[in-house]
Amino acid sequence: MLTYIARRVLYSIPVILLASFLLFAFVRVTFDPTAKLRNSREGAAAVARETKRLGLDRPLVEQYGDWLGKFVQGDWGESERTHDSTSAMITRALGYTVQLIFWGILISAFVAIFVGVYSAVRQYSALDYTFTGLSFIGLALPPFWFGLIAIEFLAVGPKQWFHLSEPPLFFVGLHGTGETGINVDYFRHLALPVLTLTVQIVAGWSRFQRASMLDVMSADYIRTARAKGVPRKRVIIRHGLRNALIPLITVMALDIGALFGGLIITEKIFSIPGMGRLFFDSLVAGDATVLVAWTIVVALFILLFNLLADIFYGFLDPRIRLS
Amino acid sequence: MSEGSAEPLLEVRDLSVVFPTDEGPLQAVDNVSFRVEEHEVLGVVGESGSGKTVTQLAILGLLPTRATITGSARFRGRELIGLPDDEMRPIRGNEIAIIFQDALAALNPVHTIGDQIAEAISVHHDTTDREMRERIIELLDLVGIPNPSERADQYPHEYSGGMRQRAMIAMSIANDPALLIADEPTTALDVTLQAQVLEVLERVQDRTNSSIVMITHDLGVVAGIAERVVVMYAGRRVEEAPVDDLFETPSHPYSLGLLASLPRLDQRSHGQRLYRIKGQPPSLVDRPLGCAFHPRCEFATVPDPCATQVPEAREVGPGHFSACHHTDQLVGLTPAQLRERAAT
Amino acid sequence: MSPRGGPAGIVPNDPRGRVVVESSSVGNVSLLPGSGGEVADAIAVHRSQWELFRRRFMRHKAALVSIGVLVFLFVVCFGASVFAPYPPDAQDLLLGPVGPSAAHWFGTDELGRDELSRIMYAGQISLKIGIAVALLSTFVGTVLGAIAGFIGNATDQALMRLTDLFLIVPGIAILAIALKKFGHDDVTIILVLAALFWTYVARVVRGQILSLKEKEFVEAARASGASNTRIIVKHLFPNIVGPVVVNATLAVAAAIITESTLSFLGFGVQPPATSWGNMLSDAEGYVGTDRAYLLYFPGLAILLTVLAVNFLGDGLRDAFDPQSGHS
Repeated sequence: MLTYIARRVLYSIPVILLASFLLFAFVRVTFDPTAKLRNSREGAAAVARETKRLGLDRPLVEQYGDWLGKFVQGDWGESERTHDSTSAMITRALGYTVQLIFWGILISAFVAIFVGVYSAVRQYSALDYTFTGLSFIGLALPPFWFGLIAIEFLAVGPKQWFHLSEPPLFFVGLHGTGETGINVDYFRHLALPVLTLTVQIVAGWSRFQRASMLDVMSADYIRTARAKGVPRKRVIIRHGLRNALIPLITVMALDIGALFGGLIITEKIFSIPGMGRLFFDSLVAGDATVLVAWTIVVALFILLFNLLADIFYGFLDPRIRLS
Repeated sequence: MSEGSAEPLLEVRDLSVVFPTDEGPLQAVDNVSFRVEEHEVLGVVGESGSGKTVTQLAILGLLPTRATITGSARFRGRELIGLPDDEMRPIRGNEIAIIFQDALAALNPVHTIGDQIAEAISVHHDTTDREMRERIIELLDLVGIPNPSERADQYPHEYSGGMRQRAMIAMSIANDPALLIADEPTTALDVTLQAQVLEVLERVQDRTNSSIVMITHDLGVVAGIAERVVVMYAGRRVEEAPVDDLFETPSHPYSLGLLASLPRLDQRSHGQRLYRIKGQPPSLVDRPLGCAFHPRCEFATVPDPCATQVPEAREVGPGHFSACHHTDQLVGLTPAQLRERAAT
Repeated sequence: MSPRGGPAGIVPNDPRGRVVVESSSVGNVSLLPGSGGEVADAIAVHRSQWELFRRRFMRHKAALVSIGVLVFLFVVCFGASVFAPYPPDAQDLLLGPVGPSAAHWFGTDELGRDELSRIMYAGQISLKIGIAVALLSTFVGTVLGAIAGFIGNATDQALMRLTDLFLIVPGIAILAIALKKFGHDDVTIILVLAALFWTYVARVVRGQILSLKEKEFVEAARASGASNTRIIVKHLFPNIVGPVVVNATLAVAAAIITESTLSFLGFGVQPPATSWGNMLSDAEGYVGTDRAYLLYFPGLAILLTVLAVNFLGDGLRDAFDPQSGHS
């Protein structure tokens, strides 16, 4: 098992290095930090000076090496937009995004597993069809649209219709002014963004869990368990779910990894200063320094969770763990 | 030895199983009747699709709910068909146990063998951890698994094929069931392993005095271990006889055909083609009218009665039944003669 | 003569197509572990493959309805010049934004342009991009994935490493940056999206080819002297048609959502060109106002289209491979 992990980790290193180089090159090539200076008073001279200063005239690989050296030491440069430390900005943004991810997957996991198991065990029942229908809708829902509709009907709408002093659920940021900590205010802010985020994820996971469960429940060892006299509920959980969860956990880990860079819409709509929002602002402003660091940090998280997915799988399935 | 007059351990009467399919209702089992006495080994022989497995699953209530089961199966006098699940459970794995065919698929890959055997016991009995552990090791030892205390903590994929099958046997006898149903336990194994598994089953039967229903398509297995045999075709029982009688004086064209098609080392068959029963097994959705075997039968008279009337089982000897309209034509006919007839 | 006019249970060869033993037509019984095989074996009904496919597909009501819906959408959108009540850029500044009414079924925007007409024209772009991306990425992905899977060794490894790289990067982010660099016109958007999507297709196809390679019928074909080309064309392709078609269909849905998302963020289709996505970004500011109706219809259009495509994909999947579990 340990060799399995070690091998996967070792293999990841060249991948991330190559990926980071490509991302670095890609962003550098797309954005020219000296563009704004072209039209300044000093024009060409300023451009030449900046180019020299930022080392933009050197070969790409050299620039990358330089950047990499600083990156691993924690120096991610200065944002061209805010002149803030990039690492500080990203760290702050991560704080927000992680909260959304945490609550989102907590709820999604519970709901998806329950729905998936129920649908598989009571296949073709009315509730199964309902769940299936809802999942299809969930998967087809454009996330940005759902967020706006949610705001319209669950926040702003009720406020107007019932003449409330404030909307029942908030849609800007994660805390009201002056509030901190985990309290009702926090949850009133969390509700809508997490709902938006959850809708898509739950749809996918519950379909997957249903399929996985159906697969497992038609396996021979389920019949053996029943033939032994094991009670139905125990068969479902100890034999069915225990096997059906293995692929699901892998999928979950992969999806979580993708979320680090995938909440752009949600954070924009709900004005949450997380990674997604940071990306949006940086891209609009052409802030290459932040963009480079951002894409690589996100890639690292995706890679990390890919690795975790493999490790979990190996751990949960004794056929892999013990070979 | 079978005690014909005493109450049979299991008495199946007119058992039928129908599945709904896209093509129409599929009759997997059609009015099958047989009995299993105490302490005997009954062989159930038939090709794929003959209904031999479905019959046993029906008795234990392990078929999907869309199956319609009619008829009766009395175990120790108690009717099992239609029994609600929570009354069935104490019987499964406890009084009646099944050994399944493909041990690798039939064992849960994420639990140890020891855990799976323990589960078979714990759902029916309370024991202490120590007693449980001792019992598991005892069982593994009985079926001939070396290093049982180490092996108990291993997973199914860490066992070899033959060992796995034996572990399945161990699991099924954990509660000393009175009736053991072995569903093609040797089919997935090569010949040497087959012999081992059969030997284990015999040993088990000696020890526990349970009855065994041995489901197989292999006549060799039947000859080796069974005392009585039921032959099934297209979901019906076509013949039932003590094993020697079946091999020496088969009384149904199908059984005759099966025996005739066995390649024999003692025949001078050089240059002679192997005998085979012509035709294909019928569709269970669209079965032939009358006797299910008649399209393939050398002795059939069509249309009357073979294509119009389902033959009833007739007694052709002590404890020997055959469901054929023309058993008189088969008297004295041996498989060898059948082969010769076909060769000419 | 047996009452059926032939050996019981066997229908004469269908002259129309390949004859295949259809054991899965036993339907639910195939879910019976263990005894399923022997019960299924007992049914030897011969049907042509195409007929089987059609039968299974017809059973999928949602897919059938979806085809109707999609045809409708296509006709309405690409025939907008015929069907739209107003030209898409006909402004009526005196009218301004009004809610849905008899004259304007979906209302008008702040420039008095008819929403319904705008949605129909915008649909052309969204649908066009969706389909083009799916077709292009499926074609490229299938070819590369099949080659890699079939040849194996270094080629396969190279493909895997390449797709690994693509899979590590955050999708929307990279697409947004790429579009910033390369431009926002339709063709560019199609190319950029396809450049990302092909990797998923390639991996799926590669996986399929790999598992098919191991199957016995390939060994058998080789043993009887079939050339590589023959194996690929006669044996492998027919077996990957199913997953490829299903994948391509679902890719259309994914592409439409991706394009809408990018356009919504402002990184995709740029005004004055309209797609459903950027109609929604215009409407974003109207949440909570009396112009909120501008939000509903473009979003519903996307939802309806994607839903229909997904149902269609699901129906196709069931029709190609009934063992994949009910939808």
